[in-house]
Parts: sequence; C-alpha cells; structure tokens
Amino acid sequence: MKLTLRLERRLTPSRALGFLIPVFSIVLALCFGAVLLAAVGKNPGVVYQKMFSGAFGSKFGLTETVVKAIPLMLSGLGVAVAFRMLLWNIGAEGQLQIGAFAAAGVALAFPQAPAAVIIPAMMLAGFLGGALWASIPATLKAKLQVNEIITSLMLNYVAIYWVEYLVYGPWKNPKGYGFPGTAPFSPAAELPRLGASRVHLGLLFGLVAALCLYFILRRTKWGYEIRVIGENPTAARYAGISLTRNILTVMALSGGLAGLAGMSEVSGIIHALQRGISPGYGYTAIIVAWLAKLNPWAIVVVSFLFAGLLVGGDQLQISMGLPAAMSNILQGAVLFFILGGEILVRHRISLTWEK
Amino acid sequence: MQDTLFLILLILAGAIRAGTPLLFATLGEIFAERAGVLNLGVEGMMIMGALSGFMVTVRTGNAWTGLLAAILVGGAIGLIHAVLAITLRANQVVSGLALTIFGTGLSSFLGQKLVGVPAPDTFGVVRIPVLGDLPVLGPLVFQHDILVYLSFLLAPLAWFLMFKTRPGLHLRAVGESPATADAMGVSVVGLRYLYVFLGGMLAGLGGAYISLALTPGWADGMTAGRGWIAIALVIFATWSPARAMVGAYLFGGVEAAQFRIQGTGTQVPSFFLNMTPYIFTIIVLVIATQETVRRRIGAPAALGLPYEREERG
Repeated sequence: MKLTLRLERRLTPSRALGFLIPVFSIVLALCFGAVLLAAVGKNPGVVYQKMFSGAFGSKFGLTETVVKAIPLMLSGLGVAVAFRMLLWNIGAEGQLQIGAFAAAGVALAFPQAPAAVIIPAMMLAGFLGGALWASIPATLKAKLQVNEIITSLMLNYVAIYWVEYLVYGPWKNPKGYGFPGTAPFSPAAELPRLGASRVHLGLLFGLVAALCLYFILRRTKWGYEIRVIGENPTAARYAGISLTRNILTVMALSGGLAGLAGMSEVSGIIHALQRGISPGYGYTAIIVAWLAKLNPWAIVVVSFLFAGLLVGGDQLQISMGLPAAMSNILQGAVLFFILGGEILVRHRISLTWEK
Repeated sequence: MQDTLFLILLILAGAIRAGTPLLFATLGEIFAERAGVLNLGVEGMMIMGALSGFMVTVRTGNAWTGLLAAILVGGAIGLIHAVLAITLRANQVVSGLALTIFGTGLSSFLGQKLVGVPAPDTFGVVRIPVLGDLPVLGPLVFQHDILVYLSFLLAPLAWFLMFKTRPGLHLRAVGESPATADAMGVSVVGLRYLYVFLGGMLAGLGGAYISLALTPGWADGMTAGRGWIAIALVIFATWSPARAMVGAYLFGGVEAAQFRIQGTGTQVPSFFLNMTPYIFTIIVLVIATQETVRRRIGAPAALGLPYEREERG
C-alpha cells in the first residue's frame, strides 16, 4: 500500500478558490511573520496590533495609507498591463524615478506658470519620462530579442543614481543647507490636497487609470490583442497580431503609469526632487499586481492593503525600533503563498491509497 | 612604466577577486537553468548567504563555519523556489522575484545589529609557494584567498561534469527535453530539485565571499544587484561554465577599475561610476543576445516550463 498524491486538472478554474487563496495567503504570511517575530523575542500579537493600528487605527494613519496607496496603484496598474502580455517589466522603480525627474524638471524650469498649465505639463512630462525609460528595454526586446527582465531591472539602478547625481550636484538647492534635494517647487506646481491631510489629487489619477485600463483591456481591440498575446502567443502570431508593436506600446503605457506615480509623489507630497523618493514602490507594485491577478479594480483594493503594510512597518520602526524591512518580509511571504496556492485553482488534489 | 604595469596588474588581480562572487553565482544559475528551472532569486539567495555567512562567523569566530552556513542557507532559500516552481508549477519569473524581495527584506531585518560590526575572521590571502613568486602570473593568479582558488577549480569541474559525464548528460536532457529524459528513466523532478538546490548553495557561497573576503562586514543590500548581473552572465556565457569565467572576470574588471578610478580623485561624479556595471550589463547582454540568435544557441528548450507528465488514459 502506498499513499499517492495526484494532481488532476480542473475543467474550469475554481472561482471560489481564486478569491480564497489570496486571503489565505495573507493569513499564512502573517503566521510566518509571527513565528519569525517570536524567534527574535518579540510578541507577534503586540507587533501586529501596532502595525494595524498604525496603518488603519487613526485618522493620520488612515490618510497616510491612502497617500502610499497612490504610487502603488499607479505603478501596479503599469506592471499589470505589461504582465498581461507576459512582458516582464520589473523596472517600475526606475520608471517612477525618471517620471519624478522629468516632472520636477518642468516644475523647476517654469516657476511662474499657473497651476492650470504647469500641472498638466508635469503630468505629461512624468508620463513621457517613464514611457521613454521603459522604451529602452522594450526596443531592445522588440528589435533585438534582449531579455527585458534584466534590462528593465538594471535601468532601476541607473535611474536612481541619475536622480542622486542631480540632487547632490547640478540641481541641488543652493539654499538647502547641503541637503540633497532641489529647491521647492512653486505653489502652483503642487497637486491640490484633500483638506488638511496629505492625500492629494494623485488618488484620482490612480482611479481614472484603473478605469481606463479596465476599459482598454475589456472593450478595445488593443486590449484584446494584449490578452490574446498573454494567453496564447502562438494563436496571436497566427492571427497576425504584431508582437513588436504591442511590446513597444504596452511597455510605454506601463512605464508611463509608473512615471505618473513619480510625478504625483514629487508634486503631491515632496514638492521637490529628492534622494529616496520611493521606498521601493516599484517592487511592491509587482506583488500588488500579482496578488490582484492583474485585474485593475483588484489592484486599487490591494494597493490600500499593501500601503497599510508599509505604513504599519514604518510605525514599528518608530515605536518599537524594529526594522521597516518587516513589511518586505511579509510582502515576499504573501507572494510565496499565493504562488504556491495557485495550483489549487487549476488542479484538484487527491490523496489515494494504491496497492 | 614600472608603475603603470604594476597598476594594471593590481586591477587585473582585483578583477579576479571582484569577479569571484559573480562566478560562483553564475555557475549556480547555469546548473539550475540547464535543468530547465529559471531562478531569478539569485540576488535574494546571495544576500542571505552574505548575511548568514557573516552572522555565523561573528558568533563562532570562524569564517569556515560561516561559509558552511551561507552555503546551506543559500540552498535552503533555493529550495523554496524549487517547491514553488517544480512541485507547485508556479510562475517561475514571479517566484524568483518573490525570493529576491523576501531575501532582501529578511537579511535587512536579521542584520540590523550587525551593521558596523568588525569581522572576527576573514578569508585572507594565501600565497601559493613557488608559483606565487612568479613574475606577473604570481600576483595575478597565485596570491589570492582560498575561495578564489576554489573557484578556479570549480568552473572547469562544472564544465567537465556538464559536458563529459553521464550525470551531465542527464542534467542537460532534463532541461532540453524533460519528456525524453523521463522516458529514459531519469527523474526529472529529482534532478531539478537537486540542481536548484546546488544553484542556491553556489549563490550563497558567492554572497559569503562578499561579506567574508571581498569587503568583510555586513551592510544592508551589500550584494548591490550582483545576483541580477549573474543572471545576465548566464546568457553571456551561453549556459557554459567556461565562458562564465570570462564574463565574471570581465565584470570584476569593471568593478575593480571603477574602484581604482574613484581612488584617483577624478572629476567624474561617483554616481556615473556607480552606474557603469549596470549599463555595462545591458550592453553585454545585447551583444551576447545577438550572438546567441546568430549562432542559434538559445536557452535550454524547457527553461521556465513546469514538467507535467502526460496522463495515460
């Protein structure tokens, strides 16, 4: 007698599990984190309670969570549209930085311009900056078949050093007491905020972007092509769908959204270009997109959840002296459990005794 | 003239040292990819290797125990990917990314108290008798730490194993045509697990080389993208351990030269020097891709694809 584990393909993927697995993944990741915290001598209950109340328990925490959800949402949507056609853009972090750089350049070049002109100009610059940065790996992939995973990732480092060069060098604020950052933008170049909170108009960008992406993917020929390429590349080729054109356009859209995230950070929050404008939003966005199964509306929801995780992690650092990296560990663990659980959506597991 | 020669020699010897962690990690990834498993988590495995190697060395005072710990931790992290990618047939790109995010976070979390702690023991230079006294060749090849010598042996050994032995044939069969390998009676799942584990161990070893020999100590994110460069080097090396050596030292050279130039008080801002390895990676990748496309040597045919045995009716 031998106990054997068999995997049988389901005829249709289980919808219920498709929803339950992300939820269970988060629970399991929190359990894993609890074990880790206990191992380093911290009470997991206290830590999680602090994280939760830090992120959602006060008006300040709640608005900070919304603030951090904005860049996650925008770059998560960007990552998702590329992943939809199996285009592995992991350069959202760099595209965000270049978008911030381009938007800041516009703001600093035209300090006299009124808000009605400068804000749209910065949005355009941020989007184009991110799109152009993403078009480097896209062009290399489309024309020369160079692996986009590595090139898009390498450009993250280049973009970060570029911004650092500017804020320590030619763009440094002469009146900044040596602080690595540009001079503050003119008030016209600041995105309007909601009341006294730091929540800014970028939230609307994110929601509109989700709506647009949903519309593109569901209702347009372009979106149809993206989905066909992603689900069946061979069929796409026989149907005469141009892979080259779609790689270039989808990457531009993907990078553009991340660039817009960078623009909304400098225009909505920092009001200058600085070093360290992103604590890795571009990487977290990848997890957000995957957890949301690349669905635009789900990305909006998951962005708030992960933003809460980031805010909670910051709270831990402030109040308990625990490294904020705790939220990175939880992010990675959530992704592990989701990836592991996905097989259950498509397969049925049966344990049988065999002679 | 003497001085210039000496400087060139110094940079070349530095290239070998700086290239060594890349070589270990690249060899590891070649094994995994040859078996058909794409593991983009090299950066995560390396940084966990760097951390655990240093952490255990601080505890025990012995760099060898640290090295052993790094190898085991690297392998263990690799096994997470193996379970996800092989058994659970998860998306290998995303799983590898998860490994990197997880490893970076975990190392930063566990290493918080190790920042600035001096290394109680490191791998120092072991001058090989007689050979070490040779002009030029001596300082270039025979005046290094023991791990560099290990890497000198490991690369040819890996090449021999892969292309001249029966286990090597099985390894390549599993990555090129798992169904055929399966029909031959080779355990596709077993070998894939084995080589992903081996890949993780080598990445951990590469990480430990950084924290115990190259720049002893622990700093957050100290692998600085070397895991990703290693993945690019696998393509540059066209999945061959021999060419991996060339690629690793080429990148080591860039790093060593960058370090030297920074030391001369040049006018070039350090930010641009810091960018060079990453830009260089992209350029090399473009060139290498053209060559593989032209010569039609591509990745192992089953790379990134989970193996599912055809069900018998």
